[in-house]
Amino acid sequence: MHAIVFLIIIGVIVAGGFLIAFIWAVKSGQYDDNYSPAVRILFDDDIPKKKKEEKENSKDTKQNNNNKPVNSL
Amino acid sequence: MEPEKFYYDNKIVKQFALATIIWGVVALLYGLFAAFHIFLPNWGMHLEYFTFGRIRPIHTNAAIFAFVGNGIFTAVYYSMQRLLKTRMYSDLLSKIHLWGWQLIIVAAAITLSLGITISKEYAELEWPIDIAITVIWVIFGINMFGTLLKRRVSHIYVAIWFYIATWVTIAVLHIVNSFELPVSLFKSYPLFAGVQDALVQWWYGHNAVAFFLTTPYLGLMYYFIPKAANRPIYSYRLSIIHFWALIFLYIWAGPHHLLYSALPEWVQSLGIVFSIMLIAPSWGGMINGLLTLRGAWDKVREDPVLKLYVVAVTCYGMSTFEGPMMSLKWVNAISHFTDWTIGHVHIGVLGWNGFLTFGMLYWLIPRIFNTKLYSTKLANTHFWIATLGILFYAIPLYFAGITQASMWKQFTPEGFLVYPNFLETVTQILPMYHIRAFGGSLYYTGVLLWVYNLYKTMKAGSLVANEEAEAVPLPVQEKKSTSEGWHRFLERKPLLFLTASLIVILIGGMVEIIPTYFIKSNVPTIESVKPYTPLELLGRDVYVSEGCYNCHSQMIRPFRSETERYGEYSKGGEAVYNHPFQYGSKRTGPDLAREGVKSGKLYKPDSWHYNHMIDPQKINDKSIMPPYPWLAKKDINMRLTPKKIRVMQTLGVPYPEGYDKIANDDLMKQAKKISDGLSDEGIDVEPTRQIVALIAYLQRLGTDIIVDK
Repeated sequence: MHAIVFLIIIGVIVAGGFLIAFIWAVKSGQYDDNYSPAVRILFDDDIPKKKKEEKENSKDTKQNNNNKPVNSL
Repeated sequence: MEPEKFYYDNKIVKQFALATIIWGVVALLYGLFAAFHIFLPNWGMHLEYFTFGRIRPIHTNAAIFAFVGNGIFTAVYYSMQRLLKTRMYSDLLSKIHLWGWQLIIVAAAITLSLGITISKEYAELEWPIDIAITVIWVIFGINMFGTLLKRRVSHIYVAIWFYIATWVTIAVLHIVNSFELPVSLFKSYPLFAGVQDALVQWWYGHNAVAFFLTTPYLGLMYYFIPKAANRPIYSYRLSIIHFWALIFLYIWAGPHHLLYSALPEWVQSLGIVFSIMLIAPSWGGMINGLLTLRGAWDKVREDPVLKLYVVAVTCYGMSTFEGPMMSLKWVNAISHFTDWTIGHVHIGVLGWNGFLTFGMLYWLIPRIFNTKLYSTKLANTHFWIATLGILFYAIPLYFAGITQASMWKQFTPEGFLVYPNFLETVTQILPMYHIRAFGGSLYYTGVLLWVYNLYKTMKAGSLVANEEAEAVPLPVQEKKSTSEGWHRFLERKPLLFLTASLIVILIGGMVEIIPTYFIKSNVPTIESVKPYTPLELLGRDVYVSEGCYNCHSQMIRPFRSETERYGEYSKGGEAVYNHPFQYGSKRTGPDLAREGVKSGKLYKPDSWHYNHMIDPQKINDKSIMPPYPWLAKKDINMRLTPKKIRVMQTLGVPYPEGYDKIANDDLMKQAKKISDGLSDEGIDVEPTRQIVALIAYLQRLGTDIIVDK
């Protein structure tokens, strides 16, 4: 059953790669802020000046952020 | 610093979305075809291209790699640009990725229809296509990592982490599981044999589910649910924990596909332990997705997109609870080889992948076409039809699986099988197959509504091919809070690259070194196990090519109910020359591991096999096996015999030196004997026909370690 040894080696290498990525992520401050990333993705759709004003009182509640400049963060 | 103006590439998003839609229609049509074909054996019009054994791999491959695959790419190309505030790294690479992937799908559909397959589930494609997949995947990777490098947002949102994990792991899995030695352009034998091949395959098979159907769609969930609900994910911290825990646990769970097989016990247990642990991160993710909608349930009532997402995430929770349960040995003893598994995977793919894809495109298409969804009402109808479809699909299969397993295991008080005739256990669950096909039809109707709705939406709007956007380049943003992080990143870059290249080199090195090393471990451990004769070998190739493994297992588990029915349980040492292994994963028909044992329970003479293959319903009018009349008309390819023998020798199968030169003589001798035997019973067939080789193979099955009196 050398295939097991083989797969374990591969598995450890892949996991090791992810471990390095994890350490990098933590040390580089990727996870320092656990709040704003979740919110920030909601504000990135349109450039206010360019967009035709969409009537927001329509039923389509998903449309967002017409008055939030992208770069104000 | 001044904000930079740039453009999102929406054209590529649209193209991938169209591919998703088109292949979705095809993949599910094939699924529907298979759902009917399973109880209407003549549904395939007696054409080899439409037998269940060939349709099923096309269906699974199309659903996974064409429908879900293009869905992944749509999500990645749409969300990455916006999350990182940049256009994709290279338009050219995007194009190559798009068209290359579609060409691979077309090639897969053609070759699988023609019976060109290596028979490893969800990795059936032959070696030239395997190479093409690798190339295109690398191109996708360059494009993705290039985009990451030129991002304008320092923070890498959790969705992107899921995409990265998908890319890395699928690359490794695909390469390792595709180790194979070519015989010709359309035929190869895998490097590993028997139980080792099975282990590698299910390590792949399980992780294909994990890293192709799950992680990228979790990335999709973490982007598109907050966007559709217009509220942040419930807990960003939980999403991070979800990601890392999932990544580290998933890769070890593969052996749960081989419980009670010849795989060493401790490997099975290891697989089970990791499978159970997987419940934690999976449910963390499910809860995170659902709680994102807290306080927004009024929106869910109105909005079909959110409805689809809610059911999708719920299905994710159900499958990821059910999966670990099914990997418990005592549950697996019942569920394995039955329709329960089929129900389980369809909760995942129809519910989780399907519904997220539907929802994503309902939301995304109006946006890139700068219009509104054509009909919300129609989308709501789609939602309800499809939800009912899933229920009508899965519940009967659970019922069928448990019913059939119970019938297989039932003994009379005297200790005999209550249902010794396998067919009885099949006809019992046929009504369940009918309801399943109905459920599938419902789901498919929903898909057609989806296509119509999206088509009308596209017609109403016009594509914003290049969407204008603005963002401040990276260093300025860094002044906010994580400036140190950014500099550290720059410092670490060389190290990161070094690590990455080291991994690549390691993998490359192993690809070269491992083959020579591992062939040695295929040496038999059972003295009486001998290589296949040339005719049996070619017959085995027919067996593989017709996809017999889709309905017939060759793995008798060590239960009394199975040894009573089929004979001595399967040993690991019996399969050492099986490139590829043929354990199978489903018993729509009986197990064939001891088919050839003359004193066995299942033994049938050559003439029976011949007649049964030509017209199964003539032997058993209730049989659901499709007919294979072309096997008596088509010849085996004897030109390839010497090459096949040589490749087998390279793989460590101990044919005598120079045997390849006389292999065809032996082949003809054995074939003549069979065809003479058949003509004694009034069946005239040329010895070179495929059916003769297939009969030779079937009569060999399981005979190595059984001494016939």
